[in-house]
Amino acid sequence: MAINIIKEKCIGCGQCFPVCPADAFEFEAYDGNKLGKVAKINAKCTFCNQCLTACKFGAIEEKKIESAVDLSDYKDVWVFAEQRDGKLMNVALELIGEGYRLAKEISEDTKVCAVLVGDGIDHLAQECYEYGAERVIMIQDPLLKNFTTDAYTKVIVDAVEEYKPELVIYGATHIGRDLAPRVAARLNTGLTADCTRLDIKVSSYIDYAKNNTTLDTSTLDPNDPSTGIKQTRPAFGGNLMATIVCPRTRPQMSTVRPGVMQKRDRVEGAKGELVEYKPNIAESDIRTKIVEIVKSAKEMVSLTDADIICSGGRGLGDPSGFELIKEFADKVGGVVGSSRAAVDAGWIDHSHQVGQTGTTVKPKIYFACGISGAIQHLAGMQTSDIIVAINKDSDAPIFEVADFGIVGDLYKVIPEIIAEWDNAEALYDATTK
Amino acid sequence: MAFKIIVCAKQVPDTNEIRINPETGTLIRDGVPSILNHDDANALEEALKIKDKFDDVHITVITMGPPQAKDLLIECLAMGADEGILVSDRAVGGSDTWATSNVLAAAVHKVGDYDLLFAGRQAIDGDTAQVGPQLAEKMDVPQVTYVQKFEIADNMKDIRVERALEDGYEVIDIQTPCMLTAIKELNTPRYMYMKGIFNPDKDIKVWNAKDIEVDLTTVGLEASPTNVFRSFTPKPKGKGVVVEGDTDKDLAKNLLIGLKGKHVI
Ligand SMILES: Cc1cc2nc3c(=O)[nH]c(=O)nc-3n(C[C@H](O)[C@H](O)[C@H](O)COP(=O)(O)OP(=O)(O)OC[C@H]3O[C@@H](n4cnc5c(N)ncnc54)[C@H](O)[C@@H]3O)c2cc1C
Ligand SMILES: Cc1cc2nc3c(=O)[nH]c(=O)nc-3n(C[C@H](O)[C@H](O)[C@H](O)COP(=O)(O)OP(=O)(O)OC[C@H]3O[C@@H](n4cnc5c(N)ncnc54)[C@H](O)[C@@H]3O)c2cc1C
Ligand code: SF4
Ligand code: SF4
Repeated sequence: MAINIIKEKCIGCGQCFPVCPADAFEFEAYDGNKLGKVAKINAKCTFCNQCLTACKFGAIEEKKIESAVDLSDYKDVWVFAEQRDGKLMNVALELIGEGYRLAKEISEDTKVCAVLVGDGIDHLAQECYEYGAERVIMIQDPLLKNFTTDAYTKVIVDAVEEYKPELVIYGATHIGRDLAPRVAARLNTGLTADCTRLDIKVSSYIDYAKNNTTLDTSTLDPNDPSTGIKQTRPAFGGNLMATIVCPRTRPQMSTVRPGVMQKRDRVEGAKGELVEYKPNIAESDIRTKIVEIVKSAKEMVSLTDADIICSGGRGLGDPSGFELIKEFADKVGGVVGSSRAAVDAGWIDHSHQVGQTGTTVKPKIYFACGISGAIQHLAGMQTSDIIVAINKDSDAPIFEVADFGIVGDLYKVIPEIIAEWDNAEALYDATTK
Repeated sequence: MAFKIIVCAKQVPDTNEIRINPETGTLIRDGVPSILNHDDANALEEALKIKDKFDDVHITVITMGPPQAKDLLIECLAMGADEGILVSDRAVGGSDTWATSNVLAAAVHKVGDYDLLFAGRQAIDGDTAQVGPQLAEKMDVPQVTYVQKFEIADNMKDIRVERALEDGYEVIDIQTPCMLTAIKELNTPRYMYMKGIFNPDKDIKVWNAKDIEVDLTTVGLEASPTNVFRSFTPKPKGKGVVVEGDTDKDLAKNLLIGLKGKHVI
């Protein structure tokens, strides 16, 4: 999908030049217009498509690359339902929910299938049905007990070749991001990394783009019948969002960031179809040996499940600041989060870090205390329902995303919030009377 | 025979320096410095540590990129790598990770024998973390990603690594030849120190698609299974209200009234 300049339409005005982040526009001589020149795209182009709507004269168009293969053999949405130690990962349930939504956007008879790989995990099928899976593909063998790249890649590739799903989604965990690229390379298909939004219908993509992005959707047709997936993901450290398509190969594959998709409500006793897939796997297929799996002794902070998160940053000044944050979190029934600066300073463990290289969170309320709001931090929390920022610098970028901003000293403000917390109802009633 | 390590390294814009033009909503890359991708510096550092410890270790750095990516190779040579290879060709422009790994695989084949392939876990621009595993697949070697600790036995064959997990780590044994992808916890990269003397004209090779004999139907934009459909800058979340109040107590009270009004508490 490269960009093409229609010379006959270009008037050589150069207005498209500043739109290009790669500085890829230049002029070439052309005797068909008054200025005697037209725009030309040089080798610096990174094919980002940002210039598509830049020309008022309709001279910029998208060059489509045609598909040569028949994609209609492929059907259904697969979710790699990652389990560790016989327990489903939270992201597996989120993806079953998302997979269900996508399957129904493709067509009524498209099914969402959970793929379970492991050993002694029969009990997990029921949980998958209860969260929305219509079918479970169960792949069990003692050699699959723990994740290894070689074994898991082999059985998933074999199963994909046999059943031909049209879409396979994985959690973007340390396992999903090891496995999915290997599977995609073996199947010679495309893979989109670390997605935060998936759409099938162009009309839903337009709705999403209009409400949440700066994208000019005028070149998109809401009635486009295509059912290829549009996979939106952050790149350039969260500075750019890209929507990726996989038009010519199947299955389409994505890894999806944990914590961003919605689980379906659990339906106790829900039923589904069980397919037992016999893996063809031998010890000699596995070229690595797991000597030991070490769980960190520290408690796991469940940031992704929390309704309220109280995060502290470098503005705490010293490690004891987290005692106040902890007291705050205990009062409001939340958990403690942090910025990377606080982690790097050694004040708190990495498992509390929110952001691009930490956890992505989406609580009902996110309190950012003494956090400046660097783009990498925002990348992990800006979709929170409500963001409250407490910072003494009124110019701090965190205020750009905050629903409620308090300019003040966190050591003075937080104790007051703790003191007044239980009176919130009464305070509110007093204002509405 | 020498122990041969190939490190894949990418030149990337320093994404910390990128700003968004508020008028056009596009990235401003002007004046943004190009740097050696962070994780790749860790991969190279680990290779250099092997070279420090054992005799007869040879390190080749491969990068695919525009002509100016040569600067990155000079930096790697200055850190102590023996040889740098730049694969540069318009035909490989627009490659996704699948196509990129085809190019790198062809370059590795052309280099010849190797014992260890090292890559960074993730590049800070494309941010996919897919090239390492996909290159391993193309070379048909086993992989360990997210490597935070590395040890090689004196037989130069048996390797033990720690692979980071979200809630701990795995200890994994693997043998050469294999692919490892590095994360920042692995080590602290050294500064350039011009170890020995190097001659950029001799120690850096520039290859095009023909030199590496890559199948041209598997590289570049048109061969790539994924394409960018649209890209845009994220919209800042609508700016909210600044809570008013003369005292800290008033600020706290007004915040709680606001939160109550939104029905979140
Ligand atoms: C590749 C990469 C990945 C990264 N990933 C992450 C990530 O996942 N998560 C993350 O958080 N960061 C990440 N960062 C780091 C990020 O760029 C910032 O450096 C970091 O978020 C800053 O943390 P901070 O806001 O706590 O510190 P600072 O930026 O130093 O901000 C401290 C703030 O506290 C305020 N303050 C000081 N004293 C008080 C007081 N008494 N009361 C109230 N306010 C006060 C100050 O006004 C200031 O705004 C990453 C960086 C890179 C390069
Ligand atoms: C906005 C945007 C989004 C994109 N999204 C996707 C996507 O979802 N899926 C997809 O397939 N492609 C995607 N691409 C294309 C992808 O960025 C390129 O294929 C790129 O060449 C490699 O991907 P990466 O930067 O993510 O590298 P990563 O896979 O993150 O890099 C991992 C390691 O591989 C090695 N490596 C990577 N590139 C090179 C190189 N050129 N030379 C030497 N070593 C290298 C380095 O050791 C690096 O640390 C996207 C591109 C853009 C601009
Ligand atoms: S492509 Fe359009 S905006 Fe660009 S120079 Fe031509 S007429 Fe002007
Ligand atoms: S597609 Fe992107 S990089 Fe290429 S010319 Fe248009 S704006 Fe520039």
